[in-house]
Amino acid sequence: MRTLAIVLRQFYLIRGSPSRIFPLFAWVAIDIVLWGFITRYLNTVASPGFNFVPALLGAVLLWDFFTRVMQGVTMAFFEDVWARNFLNVFATPLTIAEYLSGLVLSSIATSALGLVVMLLVATVAFGLPFFAYGVVLIPFVLVLFLFGIALGIFGSAIVLRLGPASEWFIWPVPALVSPFVGVFYPLSTLPSWMQYVARSLPPAYVFENMRRVVGGGHASGAALAWSVVLGALDIVLACWFFSRVYRYAVRTGLIARYSAESVS
Amino acid sequence: MTPPPVLAVNRLCKTYGSTLAVDDVSFDVGPNEIVGLLGPNGAGKTTTINMILGVLEPTSGAIRIEGLDIATRRSQALGRTNFAAVYAPLPGNLTVAQNLRVFGMIYGVSDLAARIEQLLGEYDIRAFRDTKCGLLSSGEQTRVSLAKAMLNRPHLLLLDEPTASLDPATARDIRRCIREFAASASGGVLWTSHNMYEVEEVCDRVLFLARGRILLEGDPSTLPGEHGKQTLEELFITVAREPLTLEQD
Repeated sequence: MRTLAIVLRQFYLIRGSPSRIFPLFAWVAIDIVLWGFITRYLNTVASPGFNFVPALLGAVLLWDFFTRVMQGVTMAFFEDVWARNFLNVFATPLTIAEYLSGLVLSSIATSALGLVVMLLVATVAFGLPFFAYGVVLIPFVLVLFLFGIALGIFGSAIVLRLGPASEWFIWPVPALVSPFVGVFYPLSTLPSWMQYVARSLPPAYVFENMRRVVGGGHASGAALAWSVVLGALDIVLACWFFSRVYRYAVRTGLIARYSAESVS
Repeated sequence: MTPPPVLAVNRLCKTYGSTLAVDDVSFDVGPNEIVGLLGPNGAGKTTTINMILGVLEPTSGAIRIEGLDIATRRSQALGRTNFAAVYAPLPGNLTVAQNLRVFGMIYGVSDLAARIEQLLGEYDIRAFRDTKCGLLSSGEQTRVSLAKAMLNRPHLLLLDEPTASLDPATARDIRRCIREFAASASGGVLWTSHNMYEVEEVCDRVLFLARGRILLEGDPSTLPGEHGKQTLEELFITVAREPLTLEQD
């Protein structure tokens, strides 16, 4: 019930606010349209036989889904930052696990809406055969979802620790991660040190395997299973990090004086 | 037999680096009792309240709400508690009814719709039920915060300057509501205020805090006389300006 209260709060805020509804699907739809035309153009200039639509547009769609999941968590958290609501929320029986679960459930709802709109635009306007990926779509989406949740919780912890202005560190996180995970190119393109980093990031396995499937091969079940484990581990680590930051904030009085951004 | 206290604060300390904000504070709040926590700005009142609310960890000492230690049984203890503070307004981007519903769910209030209707009437805010809290006057926002504080029929109610932004008529109504709450339920109230007239009218007992320590404790109607002062306000000013003279009493 307490977890649902956080979801209900988010529903009330979104329902009554076009400026919150619009970003749920508008920017990802624009991204799909932009990349849809780019892939069409590339299909006309590249050697015949290779279809850029499932390779590039599919990658953009999956990456945007990951971004929406992460921002679904952080946006729900930022609502408490913007409304200066920490004292009201954290001086209640609500536990940190319930609070984070509420943020995650809110993100599931908002990212699902973005995914549906992206699928509609990509399929209807550009003929993306999304379901042609087959059942591997399930681990693809699951891994990106898990990693999006983990980064969302981690980003929220950073903002809790550093204060309201630090939200600007969080918005560019997907752009910072994308070169490492090979959204648009094989990991072999990267220098070796970046490949080492990539192996610790679950989305890298998704995009490597997506390219294998698009190229007519098969996804590696072991690699995808490992990426699911990595994603789940990342969530555990993110929750642990949030809990540590929360305990620090309670010990130092940061929660009660959050708008001051520091306790010194 | 004396009933067990609703709130038991035992040897509470809070330090920030070398600054001692709360220094070895102990007190109880009993059932049906309204205790005033008084003191000048920076005396440690809000720090004490924040520790009772579990949003600030004591450096040492223990807080028990109906026997539940806030350090180890935080969720259960806070389920029996609620608060209203002038510095913690409800989110301004939700309506009154939405805020009460969300917080009612967080506090696990049964038959929530009926409870909200009852509180909208009691605090005279029915006309604002679909108005965003950020659009209300400060006095109206205070009434909404008080309605939120009553949602779960708390056993311990913490009020940090609840009438600071209210006009005298509304403040009188609020004092009546709080007195009725303390008299009718088994709840206790910890109340901070800078309005000594109000404290004298409402509180059964007062604690004077200065420099993080409890300096005086007693009945607000007799305490000034016991220390050679005419009024509670005069005693307050002495606590604020010359606390050492009282420590030597």
